[in-house]
Amino acid sequence: MSFVNRFSDSGKTPWSNQLNRAFITRPSLTLRVLSSPPPLLRLKQGWCLLSELSRRESESQKMGLVGETIDSIKSIQIRQHLTQAISLGMIVTSALIIWKALMCVTGSESPVVVVLSGSMEPGFKRGDILFLHMSKDPIRAGEIVVFNVDGRDIPIVHRVIKVHERENTGEVDVLTKGDNNYGDDRLLYAEGQQWLHRHHIMGRAVGFLPYVGWVTIIMTEKPIIKYILIGALGLLVITSKD
Amino acid sequence: MHSFGYRANALLTFALTILAFMCAIASFSDNFSNQTPSAQIQILNINWFQEEPHGNDEVSLTLNITADLQSLFTWNTKQVFAFVAAEYKTSKNSLNQVSLWDAIIPEKEHAKFWIQISNKYPFIDKGHNLRGKDFNLTLHWHVMPKTGKMLADKIVMSGYRLPDAYR
Repeated sequence: MSFVNRFSDSGKTPWSNQLNRAFITRPSLTLRVLSSPPPLLRLKQGWCLLSELSRRESESQKMGLVGETIDSIKSIQIRQHLTQAISLGMIVTSALIIWKALMCVTGSESPVVVVLSGSMEPGFKRGDILFLHMSKDPIRAGEIVVFNVDGRDIPIVHRVIKVHERENTGEVDVLTKGDNNYGDDRLLYAEGQQWLHRHHIMGRAVGFLPYVGWVTIIMTEKPIIKYILIGALGLLVITSKD
Repeated sequence: MHSFGYRANALLTFALTILAFMCAIASFSDNFSNQTPSAQIQILNINWFQEEPHGNDEVSLTLNITADLQSLFTWNTKQVFAFVAAEYKTSKNSLNQVSLWDAIIPEKEHAKFWIQISNKYPFIDKGHNLRGKDFNLTLHWHVMPKTGKMLADKIVMSGYRLPDAYR
C-alpha cells in the first residue's frame, strides 16, 4: 500500500507534515470506499489503517494507552494458541471415544485387562494383555473368565472348572480355578460364598498380547513415572512449532 | 522437521505398527492349520461312591486316558490346556459340568500321551442325583497362542454310567 511506505522512512519528520501527507492521500482512499470494494478488501484496508495508526503512535514516541494495547493484541497470535489447545483436546477425546466404542462392541465393562499375578502361568504371564468379550451365551467349563468378587476391587482371571446350570431360569453356579494354583478359588470368594453367579463375571478372554501390559503395571505401581510421562508429553505439545 | 526427536518418533511408530501387523498375521495363520485330534477314555474302577456329610453325592473314579493332540500345535502355539469333564443332566439342573482332570501340554512331543489316574478334582454333585446316572466324558482342549486369538474345542464320549447304589 503506497501511503504506508511513504511514512516508513519518516523517523524525523515532524508530526504536522505527516498529518498533511495523510490528508493528501486520503482522497484516494475515499474514492475506493465510494466505489464499494468487496468486504474482504475493506477489512484488509481497515487492518492496514490500524497498523499505520500504531506505527504512527510508536514513531511519534507518544506511547499512549491505545498504542500499547494495539501492539499487545497483535502479538498474542490467538489463532496459533487456539489451534494448539484444540489439537490437544482432540487427542484426549479421541482416546476416550475409542475406549467407549470398545466397551460397546465387546459388551464388557473393561474390554482390555492386564494380568497381574502368576496364577495362570505358563499360559498368561504377569504383564500380558487380555481382550475380553461378553455375550449372552451360557458359561461353560474350560472358558477363561474375568470376575469380580464382592469386596475386592481387582478382577481375577481364572478358568471355569465346574458348572451347574439350572433348568428353567438359566441361572448358573460356577467354580473357578487358576491353572497354576493347587486348589480351587473358594478361598478367594467372599465369606460363605461357594459359587460364582453370572453377575459376577465381567467377560470371557478371547485373545491376548504378551508383554504389552508392563507399561500399565509400571505406571500403576510407581505413579511418579505416570506424572513424568504426562508432563513431558504436555510440554512437547505446547512447545512444538506445529 | 529432521531433528532427532522427529526421526525417533517416526521410527518408533513404524516399528509398533509393523509389530501389531505381524501379531495379527500370526493369529490369522492359525485358521489354516488342519486339526485332527483323537482321544479315548476308559473308566477302570469306581473307587468309592458316597454321600458327603453336607449332603452332596461324591464319587471317586480311576480313569485311563489316551489322547493324541499333536495336530493342534502350530508355530504360534504356546501351550494346549486339556481337561476331562463329566457332563450330566439332573431334574433340577439342565446341565452340569464337573472337571475331573486337567493338564498343561507345553510342547508337541508331550501331546501324545497315555495316563492312568484317579480324578484330580472331586466329582461332587449339587444334590443326591448321581445314583444310576448316565454321563458323558468330554475331553476339552484350549489352544493358547503366542499372540492372538484363543481356540477351544472338545470331543464328547458318551455311554458311561454310575452304579445304582452307594459303595
